[in-house]
Amino acid sequence: MQKPTDDTVLRFMTCGSVDDGKSTVIGRLLFDTKTILTDTLSQIEKTSKKKGMSDIDLSLITDGLQAEREQGITIDVAYRYFSTGKRKYIIADAPGHEQYTRNMVTAASTAQLAIILIDARKGILTQTKRHTYLAKLLGIKHIIVAVNKMDLINYDENTYKSICTNYSEFEKNISSLNGPMNINFLPMSAIKGDMIVDRGDSMNWFKGSTLLHLLENLDTTEDIKESSLRLPIQYVCRPGGLADENLHDFRAFMGRIESGFLKVNDKIKVLPSGHESSIKEIRIGEKIIEEAIPEQSVTVSLMDEIDISRGDMLVHRNDSINATKEFTAMVCWLSETPLSSNRTYLLMHASQTSKAKILAINFKVNINSLDSEDATELRTNDIASISFKLAQPLIADSYDKNRRTGAFIIVDESTYHTVGAGMIQLLD
Amino acid sequence: MKKVLTHLDWLESEAIHIMREVAGQCSNPVLLFSGGKDSLCLLRIAEKAFRPGRFPFPMMHIDTGHNYSEVINFRDKKVHDLGERLIIASLDDSIKKGTIVLKSSDEPRNKYQSITLLEAIEEHAFDCCIGGARRDEEKARAKERIMSFRDEFGQWDPKNQRPELWDLYNAKTHKGENIRAFPISNWTEMDVWQYIERENLELPNIYFAHKREIVRRSGSIIPITKITPVKENEVIENIMVRFRTVGDITCTAPVESEADTVEKIILETASTSISERGATRLDDQVSEASMELRKKEGYF
Repeated sequence: MQKPTDDTVLRFMTCGSVDDGKSTVIGRLLFDTKTILTDTLSQIEKTSKKKGMSDIDLSLITDGLQAEREQGITIDVAYRYFSTGKRKYIIADAPGHEQYTRNMVTAASTAQLAIILIDARKGILTQTKRHTYLAKLLGIKHIIVAVNKMDLINYDENTYKSICTNYSEFEKNISSLNGPMNINFLPMSAIKGDMIVDRGDSMNWFKGSTLLHLLENLDTTEDIKESSLRLPIQYVCRPGGLADENLHDFRAFMGRIESGFLKVNDKIKVLPSGHESSIKEIRIGEKIIEEAIPEQSVTVSLMDEIDISRGDMLVHRNDSINATKEFTAMVCWLSETPLSSNRTYLLMHASQTSKAKILAINFKVNINSLDSEDATELRTNDIASISFKLAQPLIADSYDKNRRTGAFIIVDESTYHTVGAGMIQLLD
Repeated sequence: MKKVLTHLDWLESEAIHIMREVAGQCSNPVLLFSGGKDSLCLLRIAEKAFRPGRFPFPMMHIDTGHNYSEVINFRDKKVHDLGERLIIASLDDSIKKGTIVLKSSDEPRNKYQSITLLEAIEEHAFDCCIGGARRDEEKARAKERIMSFRDEFGQWDPKNQRPELWDLYNAKTHKGENIRAFPISNWTEMDVWQYIERENLELPNIYFAHKREIVRRSGSIIPITKITPVKENEVIENIMVRFRTVGDITCTAPVESEADTVEKIILETASTSISERGATRLDDQVSEASMELRKKEGYF
């Protein structure tokens, strides 16, 4: 047994309904990478038998809650993990049917890649277009179009090829949304295990990679377009009261690098105040480092004593980003309670929170035809363009440039529930 | 130099970010600490998140009174070394008060932890409890949010969770409500061991292979203690075992193992075929949904 050494993390999601064999694909990935352990497997065997099935139903691996098992449906996004020694994978498994938009948007928000499943017998369906649109809307840069159930069409190469052509045709129509995507196609049979981890020998005509091989070798380093430094301050450390006298005047600012790089001596400014200083020290815990990279949680101290609090953003001094109090965003409404245009909501963005008013609902997207429609209200699963006015200015980027500083959630002021999710579109 | 975080750095950074969100958003949080390996990872993350300052929260142990003394000694030493504050909320106090009524004195106490936890939350008016639960542990956990909302009765409503998007966490609560924050949600058992190795974390010695008197009872290894005595006709064996989880004695079983270092445990974990809870948590084997039911009642 080799000692496992994992390299990077890849987060992906699977889009499709139970009928497309989505759960079976995930089950197969976990099963063939030996992530499913014998006790879990024996539980699944038991349940398969109870349901009167002769083979192990791999889709049961992903069924979580009691209510779901009873009804045979998935209610909520579930997260699964597996690891190959080369990569650690986090799968967001979103249900395909009910509440599809809400759950898919949730799963897509943290995914770097989406696997879009197509039933080889059915080809491109409305839901295929919906899934592709949502993946794109949420800024996913990598798509794997997996044509599943090839065993049911005798592994026919021509059918597979025409599905791929149809998909590419359709994708051209929405290619302007959030920029180009890297799309890979592959034929598979999840139930037989063909082309997921092992190639199988039924599709020798296909020369491309298996699903796992694609996942293992995907390069995501270029995904963040925006390379400007964004360091939202989450917490300010003032150890003043401690016995150590050296720390009496110590101030450190804590947050995670959402994009860009930060080095010691870098000249920075604090937004929205505009106060300037430079970096004295960067730490991760006790360890002092010279340079911080994206996604790293750091503690920084500055050369000058300036006032910084939670919600402020550190950027490089020559950065032209401005605070904004009015903007337009694509919003997905998540709550059962419809949006009420005359109410005030809370908007949470990076480490900031601001009150927000709705200026206008500009249009709604028909998620099936992908056409824009007039709208006066917003209900669960609706996607719309909305203009906001804020009480406090946000230090924000456009979502297509920066997924982390271009996103926000909408919180109901009275219930504190998360009722919406938004992607900012700034005018250049 | 590569400009992408390795998986351990990424997981650590995510956990630090979550802990700082708790500190930034909540007015009176607490970190649940058992002395177990997952909560020891949380403590290291808290150090990386908040040093050179103090932790912006106390630690709290929900003490079932059925602990291995090695773990309790380790807990106290750890708290002392960190110089942070520990609150002990004891099931024995709830039993004395009459809020926990045991069916028999040797009944497993794990499920009653919820009652003591909820009492402590109310007494101290905590608005957030940071815990070391992981999504890979169990099916119900796989669907739980990183910031998981609990109502006034501590209940988890799996069908009515707050959507959680990007890394934007909503930890807002009204008085009496509570958030359970799980910074290591995305870690697996293997990640935990790899992190322990990398960070050189000290652990209670019962995690490592040692000789122990046990009996075999319906497929499980039962350690012989005052609380779990040998029954008639059972044969006591003295074998090498280690614990994969530590908790209430009556529901935590060891596994046979020769692994006496972190490195050997990692190799064993990589080749094992039984899940962590499957092997060692007697309380989860009762029904397929037992964790889900406990969580609905206020469990971690």
